[in-house]
Amino acid sequence: MSPTEPQPSDVPVPDEPLLTVTGLRKSFGHHVVLKSIDLEVRRGEVVTLIGPSGSGKTTVLRCLNGLEVPDAGVAEFAGELTVDFATPVAKKQVLALRDRSAMVFQHYNLFPHKTVLENVIEGPVQVQKRPKADAIQEARDLLARVGLTGKENSYPFELSGGQQQRVGIVRALALRPQLLLFDEPTSALDPELVGEVLAVIKELADEGWTMVVVTHELAFARQVADEVIFMDGGVVVERGHPDTVLRDPREERTRQFVDRLLNPF
Amino acid sequence: MSINWELVWSSLGPLLTGAIFGTIPLALASFSLGLLLALVVALMRLSRNRLVSAVARTYISVIRGTPLLVQLFVIFYGLPSVGITISPWPSAIIAFSLNVGGYAAEVIRAAILSVPKGQWEAGHTIGMSRRQTLVRIILPQAARVSVPPLSNTFISLVKDTSLASLILVTELFRVAQQVAAFSQEFMLLYLEAAVIYWVICLVLASGQSALEKRLDRYVAH
Repeated sequence: MSPTEPQPSDVPVPDEPLLTVTGLRKSFGHHVVLKSIDLEVRRGEVVTLIGPSGSGKTTVLRCLNGLEVPDAGVAEFAGELTVDFATPVAKKQVLALRDRSAMVFQHYNLFPHKTVLENVIEGPVQVQKRPKADAIQEARDLLARVGLTGKENSYPFELSGGQQQRVGIVRALALRPQLLLFDEPTSALDPELVGEVLAVIKELADEGWTMVVVTHELAFARQVADEVIFMDGGVVVERGHPDTVLRDPREERTRQFVDRLLNPF
Repeated sequence: MSINWELVWSSLGPLLTGAIFGTIPLALASFSLGLLLALVVALMRLSRNRLVSAVARTYISVIRGTPLLVQLFVIFYGLPSVGITISPWPSAIIAFSLNVGGYAAEVIRAAILSVPKGQWEAGHTIGMSRRQTLVRIILPQAARVSVPPLSNTFISLVKDTSLASLILVTELFRVAQQVAAFSQEFMLLYLEAAVIYWVICLVLASGQSALEKRLDRYVAH
């Protein structure tokens, strides 16, 4: 599985922006969650979103995947799809946006009544209408890649948290998205299981997958991210290369946050 | 009191015939139709459209707030006075289906709501429509939760079909009444009918256990 395989029609052009978001705004009732967020993700790039809980970072991901509809903002995908959320957005456009990305959830959200294999092929077969035999073959290959050979017929409850999250990642990969979205993928895991999941995500990054990762794992962000974005109170406080943002931030708020994560006591 | 065993045996045939050709098909037909209706009403009740939801809520309120016997009488004895005459069997099936529809709708609604929101989102994120997510992801999980309370509804229904005797449907209890009137052995015939109802419900309860076991294969024990 190389990153070009799931995107057969597009030969990745380095540095070409895959996703550009400008002025993203979202409120729940009177509570403004996102004030105005700009975001650019280039092909093959890993962007990590960090920040305290309630800062809006998860909401950004959910907007990108069409799980929330923002109040305003423009999302542009590879120059071929533009969605302006300020105007009434057609359902079709949200679906088109969703088609291009795949989400990995904090709590995995696997389908408990389906086996591992059924979880993975559900999207390709039921939604993308790909031949079942092909989907199964690809699912087996992907599961082998993350070390889950032999678990195809297990139900999610029979797996550890780390294994379940790896299935969650494979379920996203099987959709052949252009963009992978990770919403705190290791926050629900026992500490000793965090590593196996991060290793898989790092491997995908090394292969050139484009991804946006919401995380509290600063060491992971430092190693893997091309850009770190620190959010607080619904705005981007600081963004830049991980070495700058995580080691020598310009903003006091960023410094406080990073310090607190590195020295919790 | 000595038991008239000869009457027990000779009445068993007619009573079982009443059960097999009356009670059981009446319960099965009403439960199936009622369940379909309940699913529709539950989805209406969950609709974001207030009018649709209000219609469902009113229906449930009327069904649960009026006696089943009254519903049965309105349909069979009441409707002819406005020019609608329905014969006993269809009247009974209509009344029982409407009744099951009202009660089971609340069960199904609660079961759908018991499935975590993340399951809807997981369905959406792999590209499924609301309908696809409902059918393939949510309802199978809701089914597991709703088996015990729906079994209650079904078992109640089996016994409630005895009310159909009052609108001239030939079922188990009506046969028992007829034989009892003829032989004057009321105690015997009504107890015999009670035992047959009980046996039917025992079979249903064991079916419930088997179904629960099957649907529980994907949860931790």
